[in-house]
Amino acid sequence: MNRKLWAALFLAGLAAPFLIYPVFVMQLLCFALFACAFNLLIGYTGLLSFGHAAFFGGAAYVTGYLVKNAGLTPELGVIVGTLAAGLMGYIFGILTIRRQGIYFAMITLALAQVIYFIALKAPFTGGEDGLQDVPRGMFLGLVDLGHTYHVAGKPLELNLYYFVFIIFCIGFWIIHRAIHSPFGQILKAIRENEPRAISLGYKVERLKLLAFVISASLAGTAGATKSLVFQLASLTDVSWHTSGEVVLMTLLGGLGTVLGPVVGAFTVVALQAELSAFGSWVTVVIGVTFVVCVLSFRRGFVGEVLEKIRTRPPGQND
Amino acid sequence: MHLSYQVVLAQLMLGLNIGAFYAILSLGLAVIFGLLNIINFAHGALYMLGAFVALLGYNELGPLLGMPDFHMNYWTALLVAPLVVGFLGVLIEKTMLRRLYKVDHLYGLLLTFGLALILQGVFTNYFNVSGISYNGKPEILRGAVNLKFMMFPTYRLWSIAISLAVCFATWFVIERTKLGSYLRAGTENPSLVQAFGINVPLMITLTYGFGVGMAAFAGVVAAPIYSVSPIMGSELIITVFAVVVIGGMGSIMGSICTGLSLGMLEGLTKVIYPPAANTVIFFMMILVLLVKPEGLFGKEQ
Repeated sequence: MNRKLWAALFLAGLAAPFLIYPVFVMQLLCFALFACAFNLLIGYTGLLSFGHAAFFGGAAYVTGYLVKNAGLTPELGVIVGTLAAGLMGYIFGILTIRRQGIYFAMITLALAQVIYFIALKAPFTGGEDGLQDVPRGMFLGLVDLGHTYHVAGKPLELNLYYFVFIIFCIGFWIIHRAIHSPFGQILKAIRENEPRAISLGYKVERLKLLAFVISASLAGTAGATKSLVFQLASLTDVSWHTSGEVVLMTLLGGLGTVLGPVVGAFTVVALQAELSAFGSWVTVVIGVTFVVCVLSFRRGFVGEVLEKIRTRPPGQND
Repeated sequence: MHLSYQVVLAQLMLGLNIGAFYAILSLGLAVIFGLLNIINFAHGALYMLGAFVALLGYNELGPLLGMPDFHMNYWTALLVAPLVVGFLGVLIEKTMLRRLYKVDHLYGLLLTFGLALILQGVFTNYFNVSGISYNGKPEILRGAVNLKFMMFPTYRLWSIAISLAVCFATWFVIERTKLGSYLRAGTENPSLVQAFGINVPLMITLTYGFGVGMAAFAGVVAAPIYSVSPIMGSELIITVFAVVVIGGMGSIMGSICTGLSLGMLEGLTKVIYPPAANTVIFFMMILVLLVKPEGLFGKEQ
């Protein structure tokens, strides 16, 4: 059953650009990967980071700058962006990992604000305008990612799309593997009962730090990819709004579920696209969604569905 | 660069002014956190709301009531804004926060974050982000005072004085009165306090109302200094979070002192190295986290 579901989703991913506007799908995939990376931290380790935009946006700036000014190929750009986000994650992690809960959220938020100020003030980030006209470049120096195909009269950036899709699949697979490995099980144990995990001899701080670095790196992958898709790294990417949005995506889809963040990211991004004509009402809608979600379905979409399946009395299985 | 003694003192005074706002806001957060175990993310938005109550009371209330010449004056605003926002706080606590005490405290943070977005979004929709200036500054607080070493705007001096007065009054109530002792006991062990016949749920509601009322008060005091804008609270609140992390939320006096000294540090940075003025508090936070992770006045959980 599970294998069929994955195969169907994979095929849907392959076919998507022919059915929906490709740039929109790419945006969905970037944010879905971002939310999945975030979920590794909050859903499986129980740490709420309110500064994940720093990794997402920070990597976008690093990749954008290097691809634009140092002539890096896109795949190297994404790799370097990921590594930069991982390094940032390591530094953030060392500072925050000893604090928990609310303090952890506040510290990550404050540290992310430092990154925001750097993006705003540093000479190489373009200030308020952001980093514009990032070239999409040649994948491995061979395939032009900027190439547009014309299928049935519609311009489709298929090269770029499959590049993004592959990155998403790799990122998703890494997270999936991490969650279902012994490492993931220990993370869950830490989330449920930290003192007990310590007493069992696990080096809890080190494991949490590792989870934080993985999460930050993959959030960076998403941001780096996003900077190639939109050819732009902007202040929005590093702002606390983005940190809040990724929390909402994950919460809405379902904390600690594999597919939840993807569903949540799709919902939020689609919502923003639909409401983009209404200006700042988008912020209000996002805020209301937050409130409703926290008050009435904390399990999220996928979490609720799983709960329904789990609690269905035996004999009713069809 | 030549650092004259006057310039340093002037910036220190301005820093003290900012610090007084940090103090009053972080104090509100600490009071709420003590009893509710929730970090009130909406604090910045409610501070903004307080400033807007003053602004709208001055500019719009008269025309709305059919009396174009009527302006709600500054002194009334100082009283009305905290009451309005405090009442809103009571509603928020009674209808929403109350349902979250049994689940992870992080949900409280997320809920108040959502509320902050709603408030900010609604106001952004009706008012300019670039800000509107508040013209209701009373006559008596205009002009400047000669402090020997510099001419200092009277209003800023007043805002330092009144913010500190509110902070110390809060400290006095919590640390030195019977009501405060209930509050402190409630912070330590709510169920035991309830067993002694004290209405803890009511106390929690009023504490939240009082905490956000303080934020609104700070908003009114800030209105004549900074322009009133929908985003005035959102950046401030992140800095205040850093202040809270540095000070720890264990003590009332700790919050006040940390707020004031960090404001002055920010002022000093403006003289020495201006580009870092916005970030110096965050770097201070990093330093404190390395040396004393639980905060300067914090208790280890």
